[in-house]
Amino acid sequence: MKDRVLEVKDFSAGFGDKTVVKNVSMEIYKNRVTSIMGPSGCGKTTFIRCMNRLHELNEQAFHKGEILLDGENIFKKNPIEVRKKIGMVFQRPNPFPTMSIYDNVIAGYTLNGIKLSKEEKDKIVEDSLKKAYLWEEVKDSLHRRGTFLSGGQQQRLCIARALAVKPEIILLDEATSALDPKATAKIEELIVDLKQYVTIVMVTHNISQAARVSDYIAFLYLGELVEYDKADTILTTPKDERTEEYLTGKFS
Amino acid sequence: MDKGVKRILKLTGYLFLILLAGIVITLVYGSAASIRKFGLGFIWGKEWNPVSGHFGALPFIVGTLITSFLALLISFPFSMAISLFLGEYFKKGLIAKIIESATDLLAGIPSVVYGFWGLMVFVPVMRKIEMKFGILPYGVGILTASLILSIMIIPYTSSLVTEVLKLVPSDLKEAAYGLGATRFEVIKKVILPYTKSGILAGLFLALGRALGETMAVTMVIGNRNAIPHSLFAPGNTMASVIANEFTEATENLYLSSLIEIGLLLFVITVIVNYIGNKIIKRYSV
Repeated sequence: MKDRVLEVKDFSAGFGDKTVVKNVSMEIYKNRVTSIMGPSGCGKTTFIRCMNRLHELNEQAFHKGEILLDGENIFKKNPIEVRKKIGMVFQRPNPFPTMSIYDNVIAGYTLNGIKLSKEEKDKIVEDSLKKAYLWEEVKDSLHRRGTFLSGGQQQRLCIARALAVKPEIILLDEATSALDPKATAKIEELIVDLKQYVTIVMVTHNISQAARVSDYIAFLYLGELVEYDKADTILTTPKDERTEEYLTGKFS
Repeated sequence: MDKGVKRILKLTGYLFLILLAGIVITLVYGSAASIRKFGLGFIWGKEWNPVSGHFGALPFIVGTLITSFLALLISFPFSMAISLFLGEYFKKGLIAKIIESATDLLAGIPSVVYGFWGLMVFVPVMRKIEMKFGILPYGVGILTASLILSIMIIPYTSSLVTEVLKLVPSDLKEAAYGLGATRFEVIKKVILPYTKSGILAGLFLALGRALGETMAVTMVIGNRNAIPHSLFAPGNTMASVIANEFTEATENLYLSSLIEIGLLLFVITVIVNYIGNKIIKRYSV
């Protein structure tokens, strides 16, 4: 029926002796937008950082269980390969300040020492920037440093950078929380459009944002997956009362 | 209360300005005789002969610049390695602690101890190497001094660079890791470009230290007052000629020439610092 790209099985993770994600199992579907929603400190960010193995950069980090990408356990693969297939956009826009806009977009290739011809690079840069709705705004200043861009533009640049390496999945970690409403709206529009190319998993604590863009919503509370279903179902008829309380603003 | 503190701080500030001016005036006044006699020719005069009364600073300027830059060149890979080890690869843990305190300790060793160690351990080794290559086995000389100097300046560069590496936002590193970069690629393409001005600052700090280093260099450089013709030849630096000959300088012109070398050393150090600051400003992100 639906294509599964990512399958999380009995997965737990945390730092030191503190377990932040507890025994989560869920499936992520291809070319869909899945939101991980929940109050602050519920383990959302840790959870998606496990999906491309950034979590383990922390020295105290641990994890248990499996995450399968196209049927293969990502923890048995080289993390470098995993991260090429599962890209990430962070909470605060973080284009490389020492690189031009152009170089930022193809950074995924240069960082990995992949040599491309000028035409290939030009094409990747143009395609990625167009997909990220940024091309028109920056096409005349491609070789300037990205730091003069506005926050929203910088974040779209980061999305273009993630798209450029043609990943299967892009993880968005509260990618709009540092942006103003207008920039946020633009990125939400972009997210919906992007699902034709990639699968999107995003973390948000903004319920209305989750409602606007997601196909599926997972509600995480204190590290546990409370409920996971189609967005409409979760938003209109949640089965668990904790979900309902969260949606109605009883806690946040 | 607040006013009083402000006043004292202000006074201290002015006091340092006066001190600096005092040093410059003393140096210029002390070297007046030599400046009058030799003029600008003092800077490129190759001869230093107290007996005939001919004084030129070129051998010492050359000696100072060669030893300092050579020391910088030799120490750089090591200081970078230590910094990357402490700042990126092993941030915590016993090994990191030990290495960190060891490099700090290196900075605390008195210069004369370095000189002594150089004389007792390094010089014999150099002599053996020189004999093997069929060079006159002085043991002491430009290269020996540069090697000792390079060890002495490692802690300066490495501690500053380690600090600078810690300033790289984890955001940026994660962005690179997130794109599938390896640790070495992250260092090469993200961390080093981001920190290059800080690294340059570390290098200039070390250069400033190397230029003025006296005791250790004096003990192992050979104290020959001529432009060195090879790296293995003995030579002399500005600082070491002053330390070595100041007590012997009985004649007015001799003393004045030594003071003028001090003045030149001061000027060179100021220029190095100035250029350093300029570069740092230009490259800062």
